[in-house]
Amino acid sequence: MITVQAGDLVRILPQIILSGFAILVMLFEPFLPPSRRTLLGWFSILGVAAAAAAAARTVESPGRAFGGTILADRFSLFFVFIFLGAAALCLLGSMDYLQRDNIHHGEFYALVLLATVGMCFMAASVDLIMIFLGLEISSLSTYILAGFKRHDPLSNESALKYFLLGSFATAFFLYGVAFVYGVTGTTNLLDAAERLGAPGKALNPPSLAGLAIILMFVGLAFKVSTAPFHIWTPDVYQGAPSPVTAFLSTAPKAAAFAVLLRILLGPLASASSVVFWLLWVSAVLTIVVGNLAALLQTNIKRLLAYSAIAHAGYVLVGMAAGGREGTAAVMFYLAAYALMNIGAFLLVAHVAGTGEHATRIEDFRGLGYTRPGVAACLTALMLSLAGFPTTAGFLGKFYLFRAAVHSHLIGLTIIALLASVVSAYYYLRLVVVMYMQEGQGEASRAPLPWALRIAMAVSVVGIFYLGLFPGGFAALTQLAASTHP
Amino acid sequence: MVWFNSHQLTVLTFLPLAGALTIALLPRQAEGRIRQVALGVSLAVFALAVWMFVLFSPYQPGMQFTEFRPWIDSPPISYHLGIDGLSLLLILLTAFLTPLAILASWASITWHTKEFFLFLLALETGMIGVFTSLDLVLFFVFWEVMLIPMYFLIGVWGHERRVYAAVKFILYTMIGSALMLVGILYLYDVTGSFDLEVIRRQISASTIALSGTAQILLFLAFFIAFAIKVPMFPFHTWLPDAHVEAPTAGSVILAGVLLKMGTYGMLRFCLPLFPQVSRELAPVIIILAIVGILYGSLVAMVQPDMKKLVAYSSVAHLGFVVLGIFTFNTVGIEGAIYQMCSHGVSTGALFILVGMLYDRRHTRLIKEFGGLATTVPTYSAFFLIIALSSLGLPLLNGFVGEFLIILGAYHVRVVYAALAAVGVVLAAVYLLWMYQRVFYGEVTNEKNRAIPDLNDREKVILVSLVFVILWMGIYPQPFLRRLDLSTAQVIQSVERGPEYFAVEPTEEGR
Repeated sequence: MITVQAGDLVRILPQIILSGFAILVMLFEPFLPPSRRTLLGWFSILGVAAAAAAAARTVESPGRAFGGTILADRFSLFFVFIFLGAAALCLLGSMDYLQRDNIHHGEFYALVLLATVGMCFMAASVDLIMIFLGLEISSLSTYILAGFKRHDPLSNESALKYFLLGSFATAFFLYGVAFVYGVTGTTNLLDAAERLGAPGKALNPPSLAGLAIILMFVGLAFKVSTAPFHIWTPDVYQGAPSPVTAFLSTAPKAAAFAVLLRILLGPLASASSVVFWLLWVSAVLTIVVGNLAALLQTNIKRLLAYSAIAHAGYVLVGMAAGGREGTAAVMFYLAAYALMNIGAFLLVAHVAGTGEHATRIEDFRGLGYTRPGVAACLTALMLSLAGFPTTAGFLGKFYLFRAAVHSHLIGLTIIALLASVVSAYYYLRLVVVMYMQEGQGEASRAPLPWALRIAMAVSVVGIFYLGLFPGGFAALTQLAASTHP
Repeated sequence: MVWFNSHQLTVLTFLPLAGALTIALLPRQAEGRIRQVALGVSLAVFALAVWMFVLFSPYQPGMQFTEFRPWIDSPPISYHLGIDGLSLLLILLTAFLTPLAILASWASITWHTKEFFLFLLALETGMIGVFTSLDLVLFFVFWEVMLIPMYFLIGVWGHERRVYAAVKFILYTMIGSALMLVGILYLYDVTGSFDLEVIRRQISASTIALSGTAQILLFLAFFIAFAIKVPMFPFHTWLPDAHVEAPTAGSVILAGVLLKMGTYGMLRFCLPLFPQVSRELAPVIIILAIVGILYGSLVAMVQPDMKKLVAYSSVAHLGFVVLGIFTFNTVGIEGAIYQMCSHGVSTGALFILVGMLYDRRHTRLIKEFGGLATTVPTYSAFFLIIALSSLGLPLLNGFVGEFLIILGAYHVRVVYAALAAVGVVLAAVYLLWMYQRVFYGEVTNEKNRAIPDLNDREKVILVSLVFVILWMGIYPQPFLRRLDLSTAQVIQSVERGPEYFAVEPTEEGR
C-alpha cells in the first residue's frame, strides 16, 4: 500500500498541471465559438509553461516518489523539457492550421497535453508498469491525433495503422515486462538489477533476461521506428495532420529513447551481452534503410518520415557507444532533432496549403523567390538535418560520433557518416527545387501566421544557437547523463 | 585599436561575412549599391591582407598573429587562429581574387544580384577561415560551411547542367569530409586534443603510440578528403562539371582558391601529422600526381570547349603541386606553394577571359571562333600573356613554380622530373594550339566581326592580373622568403618523424 506524501506530488507536479489544463480545455471548449478557439491553444501553451516552471523547481529536489516508481532526476527532467518544448512548438504551429483546415476542436489541444503527460511519466518512471501506463496514455492520445482529420481517408488510414501496429508493439513490450518479473520477481528496474546481481541468483537463466530485453526493445523499436520495425512510419506521418506529425516524429520518439536508455544502458542490461549487438545491427539497418528509402520519395512528408527513421538510427549509434558520454550525446541529439524536425514539419504544414494539397516536392518549386523567408528557414532546417556545421544537426552528430569513436566503434561511425552524405543529397534536393528549378509549384503563398512565426523563430534561432554555442547545453546533457544509473 | 591589433585575423576572416550581412539588409532593387558594397568590402579585405603580408615576419618561426579562445569546453574545441607563410600567401591569393571575381560578375549577373554577391562574400569568409584555423574542428567547420555558398553559386547562377554539377561538387567533397571527420575524432581520442599545434608537438615528441595500421588509415582519412578537393587523379571527375557549369566568378574562386585547400591540407595536416606514412606512400602519390599531369594535359588537348580545356589544365597543374609536396625537399615544396599561388592567378585569369568572351558571344566552343586577333586585339594580347604564364614561360609566374618543382623532383628521381617536364611541353601544346585556333587566321565566323573589345572595367581586371603575373615571374623573392621557415618546418617534421632512423636535423632553410 502506497501512502502519498506532499513530496511525492511535487515530483509529478508537471504531469498534474498538464492534466489539469487538459481537463480545463475540454471544459471551456463548448463555451467558445469556433472562431475564438485559438484562445484554447494559447491557454494550453500557458499550461505547458506552467508545467515547465514546475519542472524547473523539481530540479532543486530530485528523488524518488510513490514507493520508488517515480524517479525525478536531472535525466528525466531533461526529457520532460524536451516534451514540453515539443508540445509548445506544435501547439504554436497547429492553431492556425486547425482553423484553416476547418477542424478546430478543443480536444486537439487537450490530447496534445495528455500525450505529453504520458511521455513525462515514461521518462520519469523506473517501474516498468508505470512506464507501460505512460506509454499507453501517450499512445492513445497520439492515435486520435493522427486521425484528427476525420473526413480525410489518408488521416483515417494513418490513425488505424498507427493504432494497430502500436498496440501490437506495446504487447511486445508488456511481454518483455512479464519476463523481467518472471526472472527477478519485480517490475522495478532498480530493484530488478539488484536482484539479478545478487549472489545465489545464478539459477535464473541469463538468457531469459536477454529475451526480456529483446522483447522490450522490439516494443520500443516500433515507437522510435527503427528498421525493421519502421514500416508504419511513412504512411502514418503522411496521413496525419502535419503539426501532429511534427509532434509524433519527435516527442514520443524521445520518450521511447528515454525508456530505452533506462533499460538498455541501465544496470539491468549489463548482465547481457546481447544489447550491444542488438544496438549495432539495428543502428546500421536503420541508417541504411532510412537514408536509401528517403532518396526515392517524391512526397515531402514521406521524405521527412524516412529521414526521421535515419535519425533514429544515428541515435542508436550513440546508444551503442553507451556510457555517460553516449547518453549525453543521445540527449543532445534528441533535443536538436526535435528542434529541427518540428520546424520542418510545421513549415510543410503551412506551405502545403488548405487540406495539405501541395505536399509533393515539386510543389515547392520557385518557393525561394516567391516566399524567400520561408524558403530560407526551410533551407536552414534542411542543412541542419543534413548535419552541416554551425547548425545543431552537426554538433549533435559530432557528439554522437565522438562517443562512438571513443568506444572504438570506428566501423559504425564510418557507415553512419557515409550514410549521412547520402542524406545530404535528398535534403539538398528540396533546396534545388526551391531555388534552382524553373516554374512555380502549387505551394501556398499565404503569409506565415504570427504563432507559426514564433515557432519558426524558436526553431531556427535554436538550431544556430546550438550549432554555434553548444557549450552550455552540452554541459547540461552531461550533467543530466551523470545522474543516469 | 588595441583590440584590432590582437584580433587582426578575426577581422580578416569575418569582414567579408559582415559585408554579406550588410548586403542582406540592402533593398533588392539597389543593385548598384549592392555591387559597390561587395567590391568595397572585398577591397578592404585585400588591403588588410596586404597589410598583414607586410607585417608578417619572415624570420619568426611558427605561427604568427595567433588568437586563442576556448569555444566549447567539452570536448575542448578552441577558436585558435594563426598563419604561417603558407597560409599567408593563400590568404593573399583569396583576397586578391575575390574583388576580381566581383568585378568580373559586374555586368553578367543580372538574376538575383543581391544573393549572388552575398554568397560570394560569405564564401570568402569560409575560405579565409580554412586557411587561418589551427583547431581541427574549427577547420572542419569552415571547410564544410564553405560548400554551401559555392553550391548556390553553381546551382543558381550556373549554366545548363548546373544542378547536376552543384550536387556532384557538394557530394564528392562531403564523402571526403566524412572520412576526415572520423579521422579527426580518432585523433582526438588518441591525443585528447583538437589543437593542431598540440597534436603536432605530441607526434614529433612521440608521446602518443599509434600502430602502423592506424597511422595509415588516419593518413588516408585526411588524404582522400584533400585529394578529392585538389582533385587528384582518379578523384577528379567532379571538377570539369563544376568548372564548366559555374558562373565565371564561381570558376575563378573554385580554380583559384578551393582547389588549393586540398594541397594546403596535405601540407598542413598529412605531412606533419603522419610523417612516416607520408614517406612510405610518397612514391604512389607521386605516380598518381604524374598520371594526373599527363592525363589532364592530354584530355585538355582534345576539348572542344575552352572552359573545359582550362578546367582540365587545372588537373595537370595541381598534379605538379602534389608532386612538389611529396618530394619532401625545400625546393620542391616551395615550388609547390608558389605554383599554388601562380596557378590561382593564371587560371583565375583564364576563366575570367573565357567568361568575357562568353558574355559577348554566349558560346565557348573553340570552333566558333577564329581570327579574333584582328577583331579584338587588346583582348587577344592579354589572352596571350596569360596563356604564356599558364604554360610556364620564363619571366612569368608559372615558370618559377614549375621549375622549382621539377628541380625538386629531380633530386628524388630523374624519371619523375622527366615525366613532369613532358607535362610542361603538353601544356604549351594545348594552350598554344587553342590560342592559334581562336585568335589567328582569317575571321571564320561573321558573328565575331562585331564583338566589342575590352571595356575599362575589364581592362582594370586584366591589368591587375598581368601586373601580378609579371611581378611573381620577375621578382618572386618577397613571396619565397616568407615561405622559407614554414617549408623548413614541414620538412623537419617529415624527416624527424617517429620510428625513423636517426637523422641529424638538417639546416635546409636558406
